[in-house]
Amino acid sequence: MYEKDGEKYFVVDGHVHYWDASPENRNKYGEGFINCFYDYHKNLSPEEWVWPKEKYDKYTEEDMMHDLFETGYVDVAIFQPTYLTEFFPHGFNTTEQNAVLKEKYPDKFILNGSFDPREGVQGLEQFEELVDKYDLKGVKLYTAEWKGDSRGWKLSDPSATKYLEKCVELGVKNIHVHKGPTIWPLNRDAFDVADVDEAASEFPDLNFIVEHVGLPRLEDFCWIGVQEPNVYGGLAVAIPFIHTRRHYFTQVIGELLYWLGEDRLLFGSDYAIWSPKWLVEEFVDLQMPESGEFEDFSELTPEVKRKILGLNAAKLYDIEVPEELQVEHAGTGPAVTEKPAADLPT
Amino acid sequence: MTVDEARILGALSGVRDPELDEPITELGFVSNLEIEGEAVNIRLRLPTYFCAPNFAYLMVADAREAALSVPGIGKAKVILEEHYASEELNSGVNAGGGFDDAFPGETEGPDLEELRTIFRRKSFVSRQERLCRTLLSEGRSPQELAAMRLGEMATSQDFEKYLERRKELGLDVSEESPLVVDPDGNKVPEEAVIEHLRFAKTVRVSIEGNAGLCRGLLDVRYGGRRGVGQKEAML
Repeated sequence: MYEKDGEKYFVVDGHVHYWDASPENRNKYGEGFINCFYDYHKNLSPEEWVWPKEKYDKYTEEDMMHDLFETGYVDVAIFQPTYLTEFFPHGFNTTEQNAVLKEKYPDKFILNGSFDPREGVQGLEQFEELVDKYDLKGVKLYTAEWKGDSRGWKLSDPSATKYLEKCVELGVKNIHVHKGPTIWPLNRDAFDVADVDEAASEFPDLNFIVEHVGLPRLEDFCWIGVQEPNVYGGLAVAIPFIHTRRHYFTQVIGELLYWLGEDRLLFGSDYAIWSPKWLVEEFVDLQMPESGEFEDFSELTPEVKRKILGLNAAKLYDIEVPEELQVEHAGTGPAVTEKPAADLPT
Repeated sequence: MTVDEARILGALSGVRDPELDEPITELGFVSNLEIEGEAVNIRLRLPTYFCAPNFAYLMVADAREAALSVPGIGKAKVILEEHYASEELNSGVNAGGGFDDAFPGETEGPDLEELRTIFRRKSFVSRQERLCRTLLSEGRSPQELAAMRLGEMATSQDFEKYLERRKELGLDVSEESPLVVDPDGNKVPEEAVIEHLRFAKTVRVSIEGNAGLCRGLLDVRYGGRRGVGQKEAML
């Protein structure tokens, strides 16, 4: 819980990892991957929050508990696994790795699973076992993950449809989707979110949380967001811009509030890429400027911030929120509207 | 700097990152340039090890073509450094093959032209919004914009860039043609102009923000070392 100027905020960190990228657990691709993560960390973090690389490769349970719950204001954190076993032989941060902390601190964490439709029928059975074992309510999918010769997959693939049907059957209702730089076929735009649009239309009972609000394709994400009421935006990777590139972040959050409204955006630190403490503090301090460029954006009220920082995610995951931290009135964001007239095929 | 180097840099400044809509020279992607007689060796670098290989390929191939277009240059080799697919990209481009040849079995359908077109359309929309934003701030109404023709525009850098993108898409750039058109060249009717520009703004925010992130990542990755021909200081 965070409190400032008499306003209280229940904080759900919708995107955290407990990863192992140590030299013993990575090949040259894994090294490239964690170096790239480290550059993200260095580029957008306040100076005092930049870790030494050795700590960044593999941090401890104590680091994580301290940064999230002791100093980071987080009430509940959601583990989003990323397997990446082609890069990290024992996995980067798997459901099983994360489960160790979940079992130790059951009230602090929500554990999400994952599936890979390229694993076919056998994978489907294993997925069901995983869901049963950990009582999962959500999955994190990384469509650009490599597997053998494959460089990724799409949510609209027939094989993925089978897995999504299984999610409906098992009550796994929150589907977090993360796009990355590779996908088959390699000559198409890997960041295109059109497949999420298809899946969201076909599975209206599932919630699709597009991680990183579709960046670097914010416009494509907003485009599907206005049409599909069950599409949400995860702010991990977008929100850290608030420190070094505040003007840009304000534009992004303004666009998101304009197209999707305040009820479909979720806070996430992407720990350990960034730490929630400074993100929460700076987000609560953020005001929408009144100058011309921002005039069509709605105000960032404490109510809007309360929803984004925790209440929206609490709703999706049935997290109990203390009475005094609830928002009294309903959202003022726009309802689902018609497709905008601007013609831009994606 | 020798004259030849300046010429090659001039040619390379015509190569854009298709996704970010900015010249690779200004983005700091050219890390080294060596000329020996008729031959030139160019080294490129990108913000991350995992930058999308299709865009990377386009830049490497376009850079090679640009260098070869300089009079007196008979041989050009372009090397992309420190990328997960460096080997495939470098041997593919310098052998003169297409993207499909560089990544056999990993592509489908038309080479990279479709991808290039999608991003030309996005950049067109973004440039148009930038231009219209200035006109609106100068006191024009959206209705006036809808009625304006290209011939009524005063010259400016933004207008030149807009025309350039418009030409690339093969659209009408005659003086009588309407200012505000969609990426297919259809005039945007008066009642739709506000909405059209509203979405265009989101496209611009996305592209500009992405470019900012990429500059920041490149800066961190290479410790602030500037690229060859890079004028602006990095962020």
